Amino acid sequence: MIDVRLAMTLETWLEQATQDAERRGLVALRPLLEGLARSTAALRAADWNLDLSGPAAPRSMPNAR
Amino acid sequence: MPADAHTVADLSRLLQTRAITSEEVTQRCLACIEDRDQSINAFITVLSEQARAQARAADSEIAAGRYRGPLHGVPISLKDLIDVRGTPTTAASRVRAGHVAASDAAVTTRLRDAGAVFVGKTNLHEFAFGTTNEDSAYGPVHHPLDLTRSPGGSSGGSAASVLAGMAFASIGTDTGGSIRIPSSVCGLVGLKPALGEVPTDGVVPLSTVLDHVGPMCRSVDDASVVFQALRGTRNPTPTRPRELSGLRFGVPRPYFLDWLDPEVAAAFDAACARLTRQGVVLQDVAIPHAPLAGPVYVHLALPEAAAYHAATLDSRPDDYTPNVRFRIEMGRYVLAQDYVRAMMGREALMRDVNAALEHRDGLLLPTMPMPATTLGATTISMNGVEEPIRNAMLRLTQVFNITGHPAITVPCGKTRTGLPIGLQAVGTRTSDLIDVAAAIERVLEP
Repeated sequence: MIDVRLAMTLETWLEQATQDAERRGLVALRPLLEGLARSTAALRAADWNLDLSGPAAPRSMPNAR
Repeated sequence: MPADAHTVADLSRLLQTRAITSEEVTQRCLACIEDRDQSINAFITVLSEQARAQARAADSEIAAGRYRGPLHGVPISLKDLIDVRGTPTTAASRVRAGHVAASDAAVTTRLRDAGAVFVGKTNLHEFAFGTTNEDSAYGPVHHPLDLTRSPGGSSGGSAASVLAGMAFASIGTDTGGSIRIPSSVCGLVGLKPALGEVPTDGVVPLSTVLDHVGPMCRSVDDASVVFQALRGTRNPTPTRPRELSGLRFGVPRPYFLDWLDPEVAAAFDAACARLTRQGVVLQDVAIPHAPLAGPVYVHLALPEAAAYHAATLDSRPDDYTPNVRFRIEMGRYVLAQDYVRAMMGREALMRDVNAALEHRDGLLLPTMPMPATTLGATTISMNGVEEPIRNAMLRLTQVFNITGHPAITVPCGKTRTGLPIGLQAVGTRTSDLIDVAAAIERVLEP
């Protein structure tokens, strides 16, 4: 069971990013950040992501070029 | 324009034989700019005196037998991201007000060595951060064939300058499609070379892993000549159009052909039919991770831009156009772990495209899902699906910025109202891709 107080979820990220944008007077960023959150969710769900908690042995990280 | 000189190739023959002078043709380009640019707005800086001086120098050298090659004396324009010493590089932004380039960009030096004449610096989407060329401190660029439409972007001024006869070629940059998109909608040939083939030193960056510099021209032969000059090749070799019969191309139907304007779909299908009649073999392929190209692109480009612009976003935020400012601000919120995920996604897409290209001579697909869009549009609706306009315009091109494969657009038809449509070819090696594109161009020429 994930302790949401400790978890760094996209929801908490979006909440904090939006609060920061509003603090800086950039209210117009809100819909853009919501769109970015959806994009980040898709990125994180991709099958190329490593997951050490899964059954498969971890692959080596590809070298960045 | 001289009636018998439409391309760089045509013009260079006339210049070499001194049937025309560079001074004369340069003056015609400058006159065209004066006559038409008030309505098109392709240029930020017109280099009239410099261009005339370069043209006179070219004529003297040619007359003395010191012919430098096919670009000698040819008027070209450069996107105003590219440094030309002693002139501003504005990036179409008030943020750069007062900037004057201390030295030439690497590509500028090479073009100067090739004897090209620089007629001016072209308008662009601010900091290359968009696809319509509307967000610019110098106002939007208008499509020369329909002033109510965008010429595409971000190298929109470059494309418009060539289409309108203000230059014989232009140098653009391409981070998500910014050479190919405007080339496609303006009926030009636009080449994004392979990553790293053309130096980006002296070019205002957007993303170090996605930025490319390349030519925007009226023919594949011209693109080849300009590309070789950008590479620093002193004695360019002519294109060698491939024999098309037996060539094998992959057509990535899933995702890339799912959402097209009906006239673009029809033009692409007609082009494929013409190529098939020449003996080309077309095979359906898939790039499985293509639907994730958008998220990968965003998580690479935005944080890089945010890092580059960090100081000026804090010190002079109101000097950005609002749309560009907010997009760069988004990059400040991308987490490092997601940038790493995007780099892993880049590797996955590279594997996908390499697999699709294996044992094939290239990939073929449309360049843009739709023809030139209307200025002011923020979304586009096709076949019952509505998308933000930027996402739509990048859909077919940005994958190959992520993977670094060379890609070229050639004209393949027009809409009923005369708007150009482009076909995109993707390859493994730029020189091979150019030879293939030259053969395709000959088949598709009207």
